Amino acid sequence: MVELIMIHIQTGLKDITGYIYPNEFELHWGLLIVVYPYLTGLVAGAFILASLERLFKIKVLQPVYRLSLLSALAFLFVAPLPLLAHLGHPERSFEMFLTPYTKSAMAMFGFVYAWYLMVVLLLEIWFDYRKDIVIWSQEKKGIMRFVYKILTLGATDLSEKSILLDNKIGKVITIIGIPSAFLLHGYVGFIFGSVKANPWWSSVLMPIVFLFSAIVSGIALVLLIYMVSTMFRWKTMNMSCLNQLGELLLYAIIVDFSLELLDFIQRLYESEESIHILSQMISSRLFLSLIISQFILGSVIPMISLVWARFGRVPDEMRRMVYFIAAILVQVGIFSTRWNVVIGGQLFSKSLRGLTVYKIQLFGLEGLFMAGFLLILPFIILYILCKLFPPWVDSEVKLH
Amino acid sequence: MKKKKSNPLSRREFLMICSKALPFTGIFFIPFTADQILFAQKTKEYDPTQHEYAMGINIHKCIGCGRCADACKKENNVPREPYYFRTWVERYIISTDGETYVDSPNGGIDGFPEFKDNLEILRTFFVPKLCNQCANPPCVQVCPVGATFLSRDGVVLVDEKYCVGCRYCIQACPYGARFLHPTKKIADKCTFCYHRLVRGLLPVCVEVCPTQARVFGEVGLQSSPLRRFLRFNDVVVLKPSLNTRPKVYYAGADGEVR
Amino acid sequence: MKAPRIPKKILGLAFIFSIVIAALVVARMLFIPPSFGKYGHYRADAVNEIVAQEINYAGYQACMECHDEIYKPKERSYHKSVSCEACHGPAAKHVEAPDEFVPGAPRERGYCPLCHDYNPSRPTGFPQIITELHNPGKACMTCHNPHNPVLPHTPEECSACHREIANVKRISYHASLPCVRCHTVPEKHMVQPKFVFAQVPVEREFCGECHAEGAPGGPDIPRIDLDTHGERYLCWDCHYPHYPEAR
Repeated sequence: MVELIMIHIQTGLKDITGYIYPNEFELHWGLLIVVYPYLTGLVAGAFILASLERLFKIKVLQPVYRLSLLSALAFLFVAPLPLLAHLGHPERSFEMFLTPYTKSAMAMFGFVYAWYLMVVLLLEIWFDYRKDIVIWSQEKKGIMRFVYKILTLGATDLSEKSILLDNKIGKVITIIGIPSAFLLHGYVGFIFGSVKANPWWSSVLMPIVFLFSAIVSGIALVLLIYMVSTMFRWKTMNMSCLNQLGELLLYAIIVDFSLELLDFIQRLYESEESIHILSQMISSRLFLSLIISQFILGSVIPMISLVWARFGRVPDEMRRMVYFIAAILVQVGIFSTRWNVVIGGQLFSKSLRGLTVYKIQLFGLEGLFMAGFLLILPFIILYILCKLFPPWVDSEVKLH
Repeated sequence: MKKKKSNPLSRREFLMICSKALPFTGIFFIPFTADQILFAQKTKEYDPTQHEYAMGINIHKCIGCGRCADACKKENNVPREPYYFRTWVERYIISTDGETYVDSPNGGIDGFPEFKDNLEILRTFFVPKLCNQCANPPCVQVCPVGATFLSRDGVVLVDEKYCVGCRYCIQACPYGARFLHPTKKIADKCTFCYHRLVRGLLPVCVEVCPTQARVFGEVGLQSSPLRRFLRFNDVVVLKPSLNTRPKVYYAGADGEVR
Repeated sequence: MKAPRIPKKILGLAFIFSIVIAALVVARMLFIPPSFGKYGHYRADAVNEIVAQEINYAGYQACMECHDEIYKPKERSYHKSVSCEACHGPAAKHVEAPDEFVPGAPRERGYCPLCHDYNPSRPTGFPQIITELHNPGKACMTCHNPHNPVLPHTPEECSACHREIANVKRISYHASLPCVRCHTVPEKHMVQPKFVFAQVPVEREFCGECHAEGAPGGPDIPRIDLDTHGERYLCWDCHYPHYPEAR
């Protein structure tokens, strides 16, 4: 073990340029902490998309309403796992509920998370699916009947009044839910943006940039899931829904990209003490992930292609293709955004005199495989959820 | 001496104690042997509300021998690997073309090798670093569970049994003074040798500093060596713009030090 | 059928939520450490645990209790501020069991240079040697007593102590000038450098002995008009005499 570390250290030392504080040799927030805001971003984005449909009655988005709610839930289940896995003492994590320090930005995570999971997502999904669950609990056989029976919580009233109440409550929850989704991800941005010791993180724009990049990634995710799931179900895609998604995605990218540019320009123009080391970092360590991946692949190319596909005279077949590729590029771009924030913020020394490197481990709790697993896990959960609560328009139970 | 509450002393006894204690004025009563240390602990309760500590570092006096960093590791069982330090010494070399070079090979413990680059040196000096024991500590602010805290005598401490190892405090420290203990998996940092302070001893880095570049004492005591240090030097703190209000004061620190 | 005033589904949800909240309340009651929050948002017992850490360095006061004979002369020597354990290492165990644990003493040549090897970053005037040239192979202790370090003989060259200045001057235009050309050095400065100081020039006219117009010497020496050059400044306000930059 020690031997391994020593080899790691020796190879590592060669890549350090300038001076870093001796304690900065180890990068403390690794790949898992990149995955964490990426996942919560998808949650918040997918939920906000669902809320748009419900609150502003964008009827064309109907086919993805339930799908985005379930996606949000699946990703929300996994979101705290990378945090847990990266803790030095995961077994003590419950202390955050017992003695949360109110002044700590991180202490509120447990509560924000619990609020969002319990009060917003689960409730909204439950009220939305209630009538389906009740009917399934009567129609299905065997163990599934039992499962649905428990899920009804004993409330089997399907009268018109009761359904109306469901809808009403669902709407109220959506109204609470939108600021909650903003809170969930804006808050994750605040965890980084409030660290005054770190000039790369410390920025008031951080929560807002996080929020809009979350919306971008959430819409792109739902778009992808909708396309792939429809393909595998051998159904035809609802083109007007796709167009609406593509349009929303485009607008979100434009806002997100402008905010990021604003942040960038502001830093350059203010040209504070840290600008020297930060520009060094961008032009060397982050060139690939920031300039190429985040800006060009993740923002500029999707923007141009979406404008072309949405507003140009393009056959539907081509349009779908472009949406699909743009959505994938956006995912790559947003993941790079998270990478650039989390890893980028630790690649330069707080002495502002040197740059270090981040070497990804393959194995172990904080390794590459773990991160890959955590990125795949939500899709597995989503698959199970879709089996349990089919979100497709054609499988919705029709009453009366 | 005022705080001693045991049996009234005879004048002779009192003077004897005073004369012994004279060299360390400012640091309350100092017992002389291990037995007495234990005895004193039992008889006289240490009252944290009566103390507030700070450190002064005179850069003009630092010879970069690295004894402080070495002793710190030995006293506090800090891992010997060269990337875990509660205190370390940096060497600054400012060349005539205005470039600043900083290094700290193994925290200065093994000395500083000759600087190889053929530099024309304008200024050069050593700077010992450690936790600044901020009065407004960002690390305490961010700890989600209250595992790192400002003790009643103004020292920032870590609760080993309560730290979850989230490392937010390490990110929040502007001075790079914290690290994750490789085996305990908790945040670790300088405690001003808190276990020594309550026994009436100096922090070990101050104890072993051969040139007295490090000065330690009570903030509130007129006769403490620290007060004298603060009186006679133009002092600065590191990164004052961050409003962390450090309690480690530097005399003779160059503008390049950060 | 008339629906009950509070729908059943709301009751069901309320039940689940109250269980969750009750669980949290109970957990808080059971698992929060008793001393938490006594003095602030932390476990007060943690302070006692930190206090319980054993000391390894006893402190020089403990040494002086028994080793009076060493401490007394050291107290008056140049090493008066060097704590015993700075060289001998942690000795708290020795205080507890003087015979079982005896702290070591670095007698080899490698240790003293940690402080005394020449390093330009060290403060000027701090005694330094070039270890490779300084009696190679010999242990420091053969000539120097670490508890009362006096020089075995007075240094013959100023550079023995003023290495930094000597290094610069050696490559300057003033290389050929001996130190005593400008400094008057009392004999006692060699023995008690911190008590008896060498004299430095105080007037412009001193530099003028070589650099004024019409002063004796070769044509290479730059000459100036003392009356007009440099106004009210002293020569060394602008020129560093050990490395005069002006040509």
